[in-house]
Amino acid sequence: MDLAFMAETFVKLLEGVPLTLKLAFSSVALGAVFAMLLALMRMSGVGPLDWCARAYVFVFRGTPLLVQVFLIYYGLGQFRPTLQELGVWWFFREPYWCALTALTLNTAAYASEIIRGGLQAVPHGQVEAARACGMSRATLFRRIVFPIAVRQALPGYGNEVVLMVKATSLASIITMMEVTGIAHKLISQTFRAVEIFICAGAIYLILNFLVTRAIMALEWWLSPHLRGAPEPRARLEPAHV
Amino acid sequence: MSYFELMGFGPKGWGWPMLMAAGMTVAVASCGFLAGSVIGSLIAWAKLSRSIVARVFGDGYTTVLRGIPDLLVIYLFYFGGSALLSGIGQLFGGSGGFIGVPAFAVGALAIGVISAAYQAEVFRGAYTALARGELEAARSVGMHTMLMFRRIVAPQVLRYAIPGLGNVWQLALKESALISVTGLVELLRQSQIGSGSTYKPFYFYLTAALLYLVITTVSTWGFQRAEDYSMRGLRRA
Repeated sequence: MDLAFMAETFVKLLEGVPLTLKLAFSSVALGAVFAMLLALMRMSGVGPLDWCARAYVFVFRGTPLLVQVFLIYYGLGQFRPTLQELGVWWFFREPYWCALTALTLNTAAYASEIIRGGLQAVPHGQVEAARACGMSRATLFRRIVFPIAVRQALPGYGNEVVLMVKATSLASIITMMEVTGIAHKLISQTFRAVEIFICAGAIYLILNFLVTRAIMALEWWLSPHLRGAPEPRARLEPAHV
Repeated sequence: MSYFELMGFGPKGWGWPMLMAAGMTVAVASCGFLAGSVIGSLIAWAKLSRSIVARVFGDGYTTVLRGIPDLLVIYLFYFGGSALLSGIGQLFGGSGGFIGVPAFAVGALAIGVISAAYQAEVFRGAYTALARGELEAARSVGMHTMLMFRRIVAPQVLRYAIPGLGNVWQLALKESALISVTGLVELLRQSQIGSGSTYKPFYFYLTAALLYLVITTVSTWGFQRAEDYSMRGLRRA
């Protein structure tokens, strides 16, 4: 084990962290919006909307992410003239936008199932109580259903965010120089796979540790009702002298 | 050339190569999954053991391998394996040149090591779902550990583990697409080759996606059948 080499590698790999984080957070944020939409489609009770959402989830969960990345980045190149005519070629030409699109579409499929689970787990009594108070559907969703669903879906969503941080590594295959991309370049230059693997692995472990901690903190913040009443502060009064 | 001509089984069609590649995908994923079952049950055993060293090792294994990207593990095995082989080659008086490792073995091993981390958690969960009373009863009739494992623990753990194993299998199947970076001609690599020589990448990746969907659908159905079969003696609430 060559510690000087590892320290040098670690610093080089750190340069990839901003891109890894940018990809992970943008795709999770965009994917969450899309997933919410899909979950609502599934639960709308409108046949065609339900089937579309079902088919979408089936396709994106049933195929590997790498195939989706290739389909968007290389596959759409087949229709280059058409895309140029439509004026969207600049978007599909860039590996960054293609990776982001694939990651977003993929996480939306998985997350929509998590959100749907959360929405379905809202106790019926709560909804009935809110209706009895005369809440409109929008208010009911905003004040009762959504907060409870978020709280219930959060642990599952935490897993999904960790999976997305790991999934950003696939962007390296379409030439993005994030942590895995740099690691691959360094390995093929030096052939010191073990040392570089340890450094890159450590970076991902640290990132994922921070992500899980952040989700746990969010969960704690969102469930004050599970924490019990705060200890009453002891009142210290000066003894009468 | 139309899509169906390109993906057909005619003289210029890519139907057979794609189907063969799909078979390779299933083969490498199955070998990896089986290797993962062996390693995974050992890790689950370590995690459930009374020895603190074994527990720390098991927890470390599952935490690390579930926390780093699969692609990195594949690079480690591919390049690390080649470096190791080249070193051994040099030791025996070789030229010291680069010796490639067999892509299938590396791929199956990488999938196995990764899916072991997930399978260990599945097995551990299934073990904790066993009724304590049954283990006590087995011990009280004088079964020794191996007999108890064979007659009481293993059959029930397997039964509880089937739904979880189904999920892990789907993961292994999708991981196998990453093995294409080592040059193993599985479904994704074959699509790359095909699109390189026909300039029709969309058709090839679309076909690959469809074939993956077929494989996942069939295996979902298979695991459902297995689950129904394993639960046939169980009373349901």
